[in-house]
Amino acid sequence: MIDTLRLTAEEAMGLIERGEASAAELHSAYLDAIRERDGELHAYLRTVDEADGAGVPIAFKDVISSRGVETTAGSKILEGYVPVFDSTVATRCREAGLPLIGKTNMDEFAMGSSTENSAYGPTRNPWDPGRVPGGSSGGSAAAVAAGLAPWALGTDTGGSVKQPASLCGIVGLRPTYGTVSRYGIVAFASSLDQVGPMTKTVRDNALLYRIIAGRDPCDTTTVEPPQPVELPEREDLKGIRVGVPKELNEAEGIEPGVKEAADRTIELCRTLGAEVGETTLPRSVEYGLACYYLVAPAEASSNLSRYDGVRYGLRVEGENGVRSMYERTRDAGFGDEPKRRIMLGAYALSAGYYEAYYGQAQKVRTVIAQEHAAAFRSFDVLVSPTSPTVAFRLGEKAENPLAMYLSDVLTIPSNMAGLPGLSIPCGLSEGLPVGFQLIGPQFSENTLFHVGHALERAIGFDVVPGRLQ
Amino acid sequence: MTWEPVIGLEIHIHLKTRTKMFCRCEVAYSEPENTRTCPVCLAHPGSLPVPNAKAVEWTIKLGLALGCRIAERAVFHRKNYFYPDNPKGYQISQYDEPLCVDGRLVVPGPDGEPEVGIVRAHLEEDAAKNVHTGSAQGRIAGASATLVDFNRAGTPLVEIVTRPDLRSADDARRFLQLLRQTVVELGISDAEMEKGSLRFDVNVSIRPQGSDELRTRTELKNLNSFAFAAKAIQREVERQTGIYEAGGEVEQETLHFEPGTESAPPLRSKEEAQDYRYFPEPDLVPLQPPAELVERVRAELPELPGARIMRLAAELDPDTATDLVTSGRDALFERVPGDRRAVANVLMNQFAAAGVDAAAVDPEEFGKLIEARSRIPRERLIEALAASGTPGFLADDYLGDGLMADTSELEPIVDRILEANSGQVEAYRGGKEGLLGFFVGQVMRETQGKADPKVVNELLREKLST
Ligand SMILES: [Zn+2]
Repeated sequence: MIDTLRLTAEEAMGLIERGEASAAELHSAYLDAIRERDGELHAYLRTVDEADGAGVPIAFKDVISSRGVETTAGSKILEGYVPVFDSTVATRCREAGLPLIGKTNMDEFAMGSSTENSAYGPTRNPWDPGRVPGGSSGGSAAAVAAGLAPWALGTDTGGSVKQPASLCGIVGLRPTYGTVSRYGIVAFASSLDQVGPMTKTVRDNALLYRIIAGRDPCDTTTVEPPQPVELPEREDLKGIRVGVPKELNEAEGIEPGVKEAADRTIELCRTLGAEVGETTLPRSVEYGLACYYLVAPAEASSNLSRYDGVRYGLRVEGENGVRSMYERTRDAGFGDEPKRRIMLGAYALSAGYYEAYYGQAQKVRTVIAQEHAAAFRSFDVLVSPTSPTVAFRLGEKAENPLAMYLSDVLTIPSNMAGLPGLSIPCGLSEGLPVGFQLIGPQFSENTLFHVGHALERAIGFDVVPGRLQ
Repeated sequence: MTWEPVIGLEIHIHLKTRTKMFCRCEVAYSEPENTRTCPVCLAHPGSLPVPNAKAVEWTIKLGLALGCRIAERAVFHRKNYFYPDNPKGYQISQYDEPLCVDGRLVVPGPDGEPEVGIVRAHLEEDAAKNVHTGSAQGRIAGASATLVDFNRAGTPLVEIVTRPDLRSADDARRFLQLLRQTVVELGISDAEMEKGSLRFDVNVSIRPQGSDELRTRTELKNLNSFAFAAKAIQREVERQTGIYEAGGEVEQETLHFEPGTESAPPLRSKEEAQDYRYFPEPDLVPLQPPAELVERVRAELPELPGARIMRLAAELDPDTATDLVTSGRDALFERVPGDRRAVANVLMNQFAAAGVDAAAVDPEEFGKLIEARSRIPRERLIEALAASGTPGFLADDYLGDGLMADTSELEPIVDRILEANSGQVEAYRGGKEGLLGFFVGQVMRETQGKADPKVVNELLREKLST
């Protein structure tokens, strides 16, 4: 009997290696779990019945193209669209023998922090189905937390891997921008989008990152990470300098329970031998969110122009001429959040406003990167809570976009600087998981895995949601 | 008042790379619709552009040939607009950081050697082709449907923008001819208007001679030949002159010419100021052409047609020099011995009409034809020119040795013709001496052009005077 709730990907690999379970048996065990629990959670948009590969199954966020499997990005405008090509990460997973088990739910075009913006209905948090799993990779996070996939891939633009990992009590990595190919990933904001592994443990995360990372000739913004990915072993933090940015840890809106759990973890760093000191990122935190909400919608407004009803996906016939067809198709196909961001973005790029908005935001981005670089002269990692709150109730922020946007206030600054970030569960607040964010300089994934792994061992967080035990 | 035309050009040329600008689909012109496509040029979700290194190198080559500075950092931008032939909803183009900037092309003409400034030459991708069905001549008006052929989508396209430095319709034509010849000789484009691999728009305004103001300009689009462009520019200059002289104001508008019909009046439209929301293409890193690449390309540049025109203009005249170079016959011209003007004339007239590839011609043999051109019948010369490109061609086969110059052979033929045309003989003897040509023609026909005209003339005069 395979206990999918507890089984890590690494353990599952062991089962296969030792001949104790076949890939097909694993696959069908997870399909059984999906049948049992996904009716309530709705983590998946569709599943793949046959195991294509001899390894551990994997779930993809529905923004990751996989040849022959419908990919909607959580949008009605792509309903029925079946990619004719594999994304590079799908190819790499295939080459590593990982069979795709299904495509997970998400906020439409990855725009959101709760997965409530999916055109196919929300996903629920396995810890409390009355609450959201976070977003936009909420389906992947919920699937891993609820034992419906041993591991999964999400994408992170402003925090879409780290924040749902935090809300679902799992490990999520947003890699250094450019280390994972975006080829075949339905684009939201090209200069920010990154694919990231979502797993039960830090070691699983490193294993999956090792599979997907690397330069891809199909994505000219990619580079080869300078060091090979190491599986973390060490359980102490001797010689590691941990920086605590004041603004990220004392930001308005951080719940007391979240702050407590994060502070405990910072103390734990000291106990494990790290040097801990305070630091500051004043402009990154003050301007990060505003800057993000100019850059990301601007790029999105352009990236989403291809959904015009001409070549694939939804088409609503027009009255006369092509313009009316465009308008009706896009009106019917896009939900409120993509429409909101397309309007914001088109405005920020329009003549006369470009310099004040998009141009200025790009300059601020440079300042944010410099500020982080300065902090990394004194520290190896910067830490903070991942999300200011634990999982919130479905509908709680749905009518207030601004409150929803604030969910990402702690993840956005380092994302704007292109830096890697790892979220690990560090405890509970009100019975719900709290995520701890580790930020490193470019290409510092090995350090993040080391620190994350040492903390994970010391914390001993139980990743199985209490109500499912 | 004398009015001075102020003309600027915007030229688009397709690069003849094997593959498209941002994907590896084959560049094709006459393949069945939508057979040269892939997820990238169809803008499938998640597809990403990868620049064609050859296209970048060739644009640098063109930039250097046009005397441009090659930017150390060039940025692709997105130009956003909706149209079915624009699959991504944006065209990847270049905006404020183009690859080649600030060049010049000297265009020799009868009035000197005007220098035309090149503002920029940048690299972008072409759109797909919209095909309107169910209407007359495939026009959009009255069409029942529009189909899109994506074979052309993503074809590498270089856009060249000149400063408004041209001062006459003929200068504009000469500039276009020279530019076309330059890209053809660089081997980077076919630059064929019929194929659509060369297209251009013209901006025209006028101003009082001597002033340096820039008045409202109109844009001429869809001009389908250089000669027609020159005519259309001339007409537009006259139209604007008429307006100003009548105290009116020229309006900013675009004149769309009907492809294929020069006589049809152009359709006029007001340019709606469109906001393309340009921003740097985040899917591509900036181009940073290495200095070694630029220097290698510069070192490999051949002698350019502009330089050759100037060299030849010194011994001929600018127009003939331009014609020789832009027709690709100047290399042969330079190798053929003999009278310069005569060689140029034959090359640009009878030889041009014969449609022979200049590269296949042996210059020494050709020189013999030029030398003998006044001694042999015109038909013979044309026949010889037509054969001049075939391997093993010998001029002697068509010159003296092959001619019937023997009086004893020609005399019976001449007698026979005079006998058969006794009426004309009478008339000649009665004073109509112009009839001599008629008799010569009869003899030439009889001998299928082989008779030596000098001998025939002498023989006829002798017989007719007795
Ligand atoms: Zn293609």
